[in-house]
Amino acid sequence: MQRYSILSLAKNALSGHRGWQPAWRSHPLKDRYEVIVIGAGGHGLATAYYLAREFGITDVAVLERGWLGGGNIARNTVTIRSNYLRDESIPFYVKSVALYEGLTRELNFNMMHSKRTMIDVVQTWPKLRDLRRRQLGMDIYGSTYERITTEEVRRRIPALTGGGPDARLPIICGMVHTDAGVNRHDAVAWGYARAADARGVEIHQQTPVTALIRGANGRIAGVETSRGTVKAGKVVVAVSGHTTTLTETVGLKLPLRTMNLTAFVSEPVKPLVDVIVNCPDSGFYFSQSDKGEMVIGGAPDQGQSFRRDIKQHVFEDTVTAMLSLFPSFKKLKLMRQWGGHLDIAHDASPIMDETDVPGLFVTAGWWGGYKAIPAGGLTLAHLVAKGVPHPLMAPFTIKRFRHLDFVMETGTTTAR
Amino acid sequence: MLLIPCPFCGARTESEFAFGGPVKPDRPDPNAVSDEAWVEYVTVVPNPYGPVQERWWHVRGCGTWLTIWRDTRTHEIVEAPDDAG
Repeated sequence: MQRYSILSLAKNALSGHRGWQPAWRSHPLKDRYEVIVIGAGGHGLATAYYLAREFGITDVAVLERGWLGGGNIARNTVTIRSNYLRDESIPFYVKSVALYEGLTRELNFNMMHSKRTMIDVVQTWPKLRDLRRRQLGMDIYGSTYERITTEEVRRRIPALTGGGPDARLPIICGMVHTDAGVNRHDAVAWGYARAADARGVEIHQQTPVTALIRGANGRIAGVETSRGTVKAGKVVVAVSGHTTTLTETVGLKLPLRTMNLTAFVSEPVKPLVDVIVNCPDSGFYFSQSDKGEMVIGGAPDQGQSFRRDIKQHVFEDTVTAMLSLFPSFKKLKLMRQWGGHLDIAHDASPIMDETDVPGLFVTAGWWGGYKAIPAGGLTLAHLVAKGVPHPLMAPFTIKRFRHLDFVMETGTTTAR
Repeated sequence: MLLIPCPFCGARTESEFAFGGPVKPDRPDPNAVSDEAWVEYVTVVPNPYGPVQERWWHVRGCGTWLTIWRDTRTHEIVEAPDDAG
């Protein structure tokens, strides 16, 4: 791997930028690997990387239907945080946030990590009670949550001029989560891909997996792709919303529903808001990107959906809510909109486990899985390599459903 | 936005409706089925890449419950309620 540094930049600038190597290679597709990872998104690439780095398993192929990093890792709002409710969830996300903060150095790729804190704007007393409860849990595991007054919220977010005493939902206070930050989603995908490739992992784009193949002994035997059959003793499904579509090809049912979650961005404006603003009672959240765009997210669509688009009334509801608190945003022009289809488990917590088909692993149910990419990849690689769950992911197995031992999570931003 | 065919009100916009979830199989007698079958009934819903049968409640309209088949890839309502006008 060609290391990136100020020296390599200077050297290549002087030689006319002709010396840069590709960040990852294109290999011919073999017919057998030790591990196949389906999906070159955040979780798939991170799993492949940690398989190689932590456990020395390098005979790994990552198969991607479209292009690398073009799925949900390009369709989220890049928020990294650990303000969750449950004892099972908080340590997992604390680990993930910590791994993210060291990722630039670890992968030698600039993640443009900006630890800018998140402020929750609280407008109802039940929400405040919920967040205070979260605060007590988070205190135990070293995450940060702190209550601030309405005056302090308005001082830190000057554009927040709505929600006064006469509003339908006056602002009660704010909660500050200083661990939260944003980074660059492309860099996460490219950084993991480059580092995994350097350790011998093969990445195959434009290789859609059409079906899983089960051997005569019941174990997973490989996958069927548009470029032919590829055999492997272990297959990892990291395909977000399409998990059930794939697992049903081997007759496996999972407690997942595929939902569409929408987001949109404004035109770039001058620096206006330097924190991530989350308004759970109004139902929207946003942050300002380095380019100056407001990156805005809202509520999920009603009903299941595999369409990656936005519904007009969801869009209007989100904008209405936003204008009630940020009336000056009425002048903003919205530039782009998109949806991402993701699957949500019965209890809104992720599922990472080896399934009832031996050798077939899933990582799914990521409702806001961007923040979980490093810890999700690390713990899944642990399971794939060693056959036993990593302690951090042990609560998130499929087996929990057998005993109806749910991890009911409300840490998801706007899942109401 | 969906235009949902209500048997009483005709095609109405989705924002008048509340989503009632996909139609699940009939509730089994918990004492008569195995634990696995019961857990599957409780936690697994149909999640097809294609038409799904689902319930909607016309809560900001006439208040009726109705069942449609909707394609999850396109949002096309492939089958309206039998008595939708």
